[in-house]
Parts: sequence; structure tokens; C-alpha cells
Amino acid sequence: MKNRVAIVGAGMTLFRRRMLESPKELSFEATRMALDSAGLELKDIQSVVSGSAPDAFDGMHMKGEYLLDGTGGIGKPNQRVYVGGGTGVFTPIGGWWNVASGMYDTCLCVAEEKMSPLHPHPQYAFWSIFDQILERPLGTTLLWIFSLEMRRYMHKYGIKEEEIASVAVKNKGNAVDHPCAQLGAKITVEDVMNSEPICWPVKRLDVSPPSDGAAAVVLASEKVAKKLTDQPVWLDGVGWTLDSTHWTNRDLAYPEYVEKAAWMAYKMAGIKKPRKEIDIAEVYDPFDYKELHHMEGLQLAGKGEAPQMAVDGVTQRDGDLPVCPSGGLLGVGNPIAAAGMMKICEVFWQLRGEAGKRQVKKDARTGLAQAWGDLMQVGTVAVMRS
Amino acid sequence: MNMSQKITSYPGHEITPEDVREGKYLDVVYKFEPKYSWAAGVAISRFLAELKEGRIIARKCMRCERILVPPRMYCEQCFRPTDEWIQVKDTGTVNTYSISHVGTDARRLKTPILVAVVDLDRATPGMGILHNLGEVEPSKIKVGMKVKAVWKSSSERQGAITDIRYFKPIGD
Repeated sequence: MKNRVAIVGAGMTLFRRRMLESPKELSFEATRMALDSAGLELKDIQSVVSGSAPDAFDGMHMKGEYLLDGTGGIGKPNQRVYVGGGTGVFTPIGGWWNVASGMYDTCLCVAEEKMSPLHPHPQYAFWSIFDQILERPLGTTLLWIFSLEMRRYMHKYGIKEEEIASVAVKNKGNAVDHPCAQLGAKITVEDVMNSEPICWPVKRLDVSPPSDGAAAVVLASEKVAKKLTDQPVWLDGVGWTLDSTHWTNRDLAYPEYVEKAAWMAYKMAGIKKPRKEIDIAEVYDPFDYKELHHMEGLQLAGKGEAPQMAVDGVTQRDGDLPVCPSGGLLGVGNPIAAAGMMKICEVFWQLRGEAGKRQVKKDARTGLAQAWGDLMQVGTVAVMRS
Repeated sequence: MNMSQKITSYPGHEITPEDVREGKYLDVVYKFEPKYSWAAGVAISRFLAELKEGRIIARKCMRCERILVPPRMYCEQCFRPTDEWIQVKDTGTVNTYSISHVGTDARRLKTPILVAVVDLDRATPGMGILHNLGEVEPSKIKVGMKVKAVWKSSSERQGAITDIRYFKPIGD
């Protein structure tokens, strides 16, 4: 790598079920906040990477081009990255290529999503990710891949629904302290268990909501970062891998592609024992069981052992390994690409000690953000250091 | 409550369900109704033709010796053409299952859809396909349960995954 890469600013909008702002306006708000927090103007930015998940939500093709005015990308080297739910963490990975390669000293990374335009429900857009000949005729809904994976994961390791529900309780509870959160709430395991079974074993409160929102970070080379701030957060490891769309041919109990992405990021960051060396983790949690499934893929828990860590409180904000101190997708909300970027923002604020009521108890120096998506086939991982 | 202690205001305006009902904001409604005609491809065309005959066909890669369902003309792991067609059984094992109370557009269903990944007998272990379950109480479904395809009659079959109505439990 020619340049060590730092995050020097972060910003985000409110996450809500439906926002008045257009996708461009949401992008502008998050981007402006990120620039302000870095003490930069658009003229200081050399390249731009934007991320947005399925175009089908907005019904607008070429979303990256559409967003350009709001992401600050006009007249600059611009790229849009897209790996479904993995997009939010893939966006700063795209920015990392720009800066680590030595091509640019500054790069804006902006993720935006409006899920609300699609009716009767944004779920409908996901129908088209399934195989059009062999799967769609069966009446598929996106929830199936989660409920089938969750059931397999429970079966393989004898995991109880109540253990999984403890993750929803933690994350929605953490989100009470996040000013942008859509679904912060103090709930109980019983509330989750008694919520509507929408696609058993998945129940209403096991799932994150559809949301609108945007989030952004500014990346800078070491040389520029050190002039801008005495608190850069280093993006020291990035990793991403994909598996095949033949998801029914895969071991659903363990996300091997997440493990591969994680080791790519850990090796780059010089991390040999992730469980000991990672202080906080914003693990991708569109469903409560996914946080546990991903902790295992990320080597932060042994196979089948993450549920017990959640039950024992290890992953609480005051625990030994705080996971999703932001409140995660379950609590802050899930505007797909923006939700992954929100995780990058949270680790940035946590590692700078700026997270206020959400600040974890331990002295966090090394953090991880991860996202996941497409047809349950992609892992995107970023390791960050103060 | 701060997102960052250095940030004190949070941009964005929420539209509430009340705002929508009261017509407090302007929107533009558009319906997009395209029509597609997908060529099924070399491997899946044969697979569909076999379904029409009441059979499930796979492809075998002689290098890794995997029997692949759904069939593909190339092995994505060995990255070479696959070698031969192999008929697999229409029986298998429930790898995982779910009871879906929602349809494609997330509307609630009156009768839940029973859905499963079924690992087919004679294919390489773990080679599952997505399908529905039938003739079973939802509470009686188990991972590891043996199942068999229930086919439409030959006159009803049209070369589609739905030529199999569903899989039903069979004794061990």
C-alpha cells in the first residue's frame, strides 16, 4: 500500500420509515456533515465513492449517477459500488482503494437508501434477487432466506429462539441512546417471543425495519489526515468476498464467505487473534440471529458459541466485547447501504471517544464494522484503529 | 443524547403515516409494467424438460466428482465444463424449513406457505433445492425428515419447477 488511510470525518441523517428529503437531499445532508466534521470543503475532495443498494427500491436506474449532485461527485473521479446489503461497508472499502493506492489524498464515501417509495412494501423489490426460473415461481419473499438460515443455524447447534431474541433486546435498547434511531426501545425477550410470527422462526421483533437515510465518511491519506486532526481513525484492514448465488447448495449454518473476508482484513491489519484484539464490533444485524452468525464467521466467537456470549452479556456496551453499541440495524434502522455506513460512523465515534451515552465502557482502540448481503453470499469487513 | 459529542443537530424530516393520510406532502405515483422473456439456458432447459417427464436431472463434474443440482454446464469450483447428465431421485431430506405467513410483497397470507431446502438423494450431500412442503402439519416438520416429490399429472406438467407440487413426508 502506498498510503495508510484514515477516516477524518463522519455524518448521517435521521433514519426513519419515510423521509421527506429526496435521495440527493439525504446524501447532501450526510455528506455536508461529514465534510464539516473533517473541517473540509468539497474543493478539498479529490474523488468520490457512492453506495446504494437495489435500484428497484427507488425505481430509478443508474442510481449512482442520479445521486451525483448530492454526493459531491460532479466533475470528480466517481464510482458507485453495489453488493446488496454489503454495500455500506463496501463503500469505504472502495474509497480505501482510491487513497491506499496513492491515486488520491482525499475521498468522500457516501451511502444512501430510500426504501419507502416502493409499494405495497419494500420487500417486494427483493423478489427479483431470486432465480427467475427455479425459485420465483414458488412465491419467494426475502424473509425465506433468513428464516431458512436461522432454522438451520438453530438446528446445527441446538440454539433456542430465546437466546437469539436477546440480541434484539440488546440492540433496540442500545438504540435508545442514538439520536438518529428509528426503533430504539426497551423490550424483553418475551416481547420478541410473543411478536407476530411472520416467517417462523423469524418473528416481527427479530427483524430490522425498512428505512430511509444516508451516512458518509471522509477518507484521507496519512499525510493529509495528520494535518487535519490529531484523532484520525485508521482504516487498517479491509476484506470482501462473495460466494455463489447457488445458496441452497451451501452450508447455511456457517458463513464461510464472511470468514474469508474477515481474514483478509485481519491479515492486512496484522491481527492474529481477533477475539482478543478486536475491542468493539459493529456486526451486521438485519436480523437478531445474523449478529450471532456473523460473530462466528468473524472469528469473534467459536462455532455455535455466539448465543451464549449474548446471553451472558459479553456483547453489551459494558461487556468484554461490545457488539452493535450503536443499536445496529435492529434499533437505529436499516436503510440498506446507509445502515452499513452507519456502522463505520459508529466505530469512528467510539474510537474517538465521542459517542456520549453510547460510549462503551472499555478503552476501545481497535474496532470492526461488517456488512453482509446479496443472495446471502457477500461479506464486507473493515478494521479500524484509533 | 448525541450521535457524536461534537454534533448537536441531526438533519432530515420524517413523514408520518398521519402526514400521508392527510395528504400533507406531495408525491408522484408511477407503475412500471415491463415484460421479460428469459431463455432458460443450456443446463436449465434440459432440467425443465426432464421435470416435464417427471424426473430430476443433475450434472456431474468428473474432476471434483460433485453431482450438481440445479445442473450447470460448467463446474464453478474446477472451472471446467461438467461431464455428464445424471438422474437424481425425487426423494430427499429436509435440510431446513420455514413457515411463511407472508407473500412476495409482504402481505399476510391466510394459509401459510411451508418452504424448505430439500437435499436430493443421489446428488452430492448438501446439494439442496428450494421447494414447498405439503401434506404435513407445520408443527410436525423436522430438519432431517425424509420427503418425496408430489408431481402434477403428466398432462398438467409444463416444464417448470412447479411441475412438482411440493414435497411430502415419507416414512424412514
